[in-house]
Amino acid sequence: MDAETGIGASVLRKEDARFITGKGQYTDDISVFGQTHCVFVRSPHARAKINSINTDPAMAVDGVIRVFTGDELVEDGIGDLPCGWVVNSKDGSPMVSPPHPPIATTVVNYVGEPYAFVVAETLQAARDGAEAVEADFDILEAVVDTATASSSTQIHENAPNNQAYDWELGDKEATDAAFENADHVTELDITNNRLIPNAIEPRAALGSYDAASSTYTLYTTSQNPHVERVVLALFVNVAPEANLRVISPDVGGGFGSKIFVYAEETAVIWASAKVGRPIKWRADRSESFLADAHGRDHVTKAQLALSSDGEMLGLRVKTIANMGAYLSTFSSSVPTYLYGTLMAGQYKTPAIYVETQAVFTNTSPVDAYRGAGRPEATYVVERIVETAARELNMDPVELRRKNFIPPDAFPYQTPVALEYDTGNYAASMSKALELADSDGYAARKAASEANGKLRGIGYSCYIEACGIAPSQLVISLGAGVGLFESAEVRVDVSGSVSVMTGSHSHGQGHETTFAQLVSDRLGIPFDSVNVIHGDTGRSDYGLGTYGSRSIAVGGSAIDKALDKIIAKGKKIAAHMFETTEDKVNFAEGQFSYEGSNEPKPFAEIAGAAYIPAVYPLDELEPGLSEKAFYDPKNFTYPAGSYVCEVEIDPSTGVTEIQKFVAVDDFGNVINPMIVEGQVHGGLAQGIGQALLEHGIYDADGNLSTGSYMDYTMPRAADLPDFEVDMTSTPCTHNPLGVKGCGEAGAIGSPAAVMNAITDALGVKDVPMPATPHTVWETIQQGA
Amino acid sequence: MKVDLTVNGSQHAVDVADNALLSDVLRETLGLTGTHVGCDTSQCGACTVHLNGSSVKACTVLAGQADGGDITTIEGIANGDDLHPMQVAFRANHALQCGFCTPGMIMSAIDLVQSADEPLGADEVREGLEGNFCRCTGYHNIVKAVLDAQANM
Repeated sequence: MDAETGIGASVLRKEDARFITGKGQYTDDISVFGQTHCVFVRSPHARAKINSINTDPAMAVDGVIRVFTGDELVEDGIGDLPCGWVVNSKDGSPMVSPPHPPIATTVVNYVGEPYAFVVAETLQAARDGAEAVEADFDILEAVVDTATASSSTQIHENAPNNQAYDWELGDKEATDAAFENADHVTELDITNNRLIPNAIEPRAALGSYDAASSTYTLYTTSQNPHVERVVLALFVNVAPEANLRVISPDVGGGFGSKIFVYAEETAVIWASAKVGRPIKWRADRSESFLADAHGRDHVTKAQLALSSDGEMLGLRVKTIANMGAYLSTFSSSVPTYLYGTLMAGQYKTPAIYVETQAVFTNTSPVDAYRGAGRPEATYVVERIVETAARELNMDPVELRRKNFIPPDAFPYQTPVALEYDTGNYAASMSKALELADSDGYAARKAASEANGKLRGIGYSCYIEACGIAPSQLVISLGAGVGLFESAEVRVDVSGSVSVMTGSHSHGQGHETTFAQLVSDRLGIPFDSVNVIHGDTGRSDYGLGTYGSRSIAVGGSAIDKALDKIIAKGKKIAAHMFETTEDKVNFAEGQFSYEGSNEPKPFAEIAGAAYIPAVYPLDELEPGLSEKAFYDPKNFTYPAGSYVCEVEIDPSTGVTEIQKFVAVDDFGNVINPMIVEGQVHGGLAQGIGQALLEHGIYDADGNLSTGSYMDYTMPRAADLPDFEVDMTSTPCTHNPLGVKGCGEAGAIGSPAAVMNAITDALGVKDVPMPATPHTVWETIQQGA
Repeated sequence: MKVDLTVNGSQHAVDVADNALLSDVLRETLGLTGTHVGCDTSQCGACTVHLNGSSVKACTVLAGQADGGDITTIEGIANGDDLHPMQVAFRANHALQCGFCTPGMIMSAIDLVQSADEPLGADEVREGLEGNFCRCTGYHNIVKAVLDAQANM
């Protein structure tokens, strides 16, 4: 391999060349001939009955072409937006999924829900038209609060108690027994604050219909264009799958919010055929706040049973999860299979029982946001472990070490369904403590106190399940899709390579990382590998990028296709060497045979494949292009230890993060620079959750935090420099030994920050976000 | 109304609506889509360009206000194939991921460094970039890049 560009090298990114020069092509940068513009008319009410909609005044606006209401979509056979994962309640009954028409017809259930849309010659005309649409509503009582939703007025006819499901996992009896035998029980009531994803590129769609070929083309901001396509074809009935091409060009961040199939692109692609011209829509930021799926929003009671010397015996968790007004695309899996299954954390707690009640409210739908269930699980486990240590007067590090699953216990079956393949949690912890200079903490705390400041230290040892996921396992648990990934490695005549992947990059740098993988294995120059993604017209059906799955599943698919390329290359080389393929070796980009002192470079074999003079074509097809679908054998289990040190000014309540250390175990790493960047970004979002960000609805269901004036995004000065390092226990079940790194920072960091703040203040809990006001109030209450 | 704009050294006489935003004229009329629009409240900074040598948020400047002005966008800071030191530093320090905030971030950072009387420290860079959001990088590598570029500007 080439040490400069191979696996393990911090290669600078290929994609940067276009991004730093303004040459990226994001959806809103693409314009097509004859395009029109679209604006959605959104509900000003959290819950209301639609009595009538009058579109005539909008049609009278200069430049308006058509105004559509939801009834027209229904009449045309357009279906509801589906939730793709059926979760069953404790009694075995399937979840309740209320009807979710893309454009509301009879009722609206959250502020911002679209009930009509206007297509016009210009964006200005579309805006004017949208303002002119008149609707008559009967305003109904709205349900907003997560904790009391199930005892509030019923929102959906088919959902008594506003309940989607009441799910459980684990052995209730064994857990009850553990609590009966415990010396000490720690209890913690905590909330996980609602977050609004805020990718800096707003969602957008450009749909067009070609009547001559009956085909549709949709450019959109999707993390998974093939899923978008199959949902629009199979469930929403926009067009036969073969007649629909979905392209996700450059996408400006997703963080989960661009996984889902939304009303807007559905309406745009459908209406493009009705109008007979292409239609473009781009969200204003206000629309992003109102109509992107939100994240988190849990209310949880947790109890941890321990022996007097700190052995963790049992864990009980009871969570109410706010799903918002409807079940978004993958929402049901988030507070269940991506949450309850993580409650063992890094510990050998023998008995765990988790209950999740999912409730509807008149708020924006809630779905996966960076980490998706795993940050919420880590927050429960790591907050209660730290609290237990304080109650038992134990060092929180020692309590964790005492309970870690030891390195020789892998593979380790947890009591909550997952089997961890590998890990070394004590090693990550030791490295993190060293980087955090934990020995010097007492002196730093004394110095803070001498300055009238409060200082605290907090730890968080997270685990996550990534590389989503073994198809037959998730299908048996209710998923409506397999979760494999596809790859095609197409070798050119000259020996350069194009790779088509079902993964999608919206910041992750796949064009670089995947090229490193291919270049390394084939021994060809990094610059002769071209990675193509995000277009259903160019790559095979794939599942896209979320859940830190791209390298573990998408990368493994590429690796599998490369195996086939090398195998065929050996067959061709065998004919050239006049031997058999089992006697041909491939290494460092050369096919060799011990009977010959003239090895054949990869490019020569590629040429021979396409100029098939040397091998019999009845035995071997011409060409060198191979496909693979890789289905993971298990989840991967990235894990790590985070240490946060804060200083709080008690006179203002301002918290400053003085030190943040993250030590992660991602297994093998292809590009350390990119991996560290992923950690930085995750940390920023996790620290944002802990200190700054909160999606708040008022009692009537208006979004109080509906702009950047009201919702606190982390700015540069809000964040510290991060100290990031790694340990490695390679994944045992995928060919690359990789685990995935996209979400770790957001998963591990909130608990570390909040453990540090509660340590500094000497209190059991402070609700997130720990704004200066909240911290100051907490201090005043204690004073 | 007619406005005269010099954009990246080229002169343009464009006919615009009275309420047309500079960001829309750059993107839609002149096809310079490197200037991105990420919000509608002048907070995110993705649309930052230079107007007469200073950084402005193009989504809150009317095209009419820019009449007669000299505008530089992300497309205009490289000298042919020679990238601006800030562009070089952003790539070298992995200061971008999705790339959407990057044009505005680079334009702000150039103005920040150029307007400083003395070399900036990390804290000053963080304060100086408060008008630009990045959701991907946690700003860690952006700060490194700006400090790195400063040495070469």
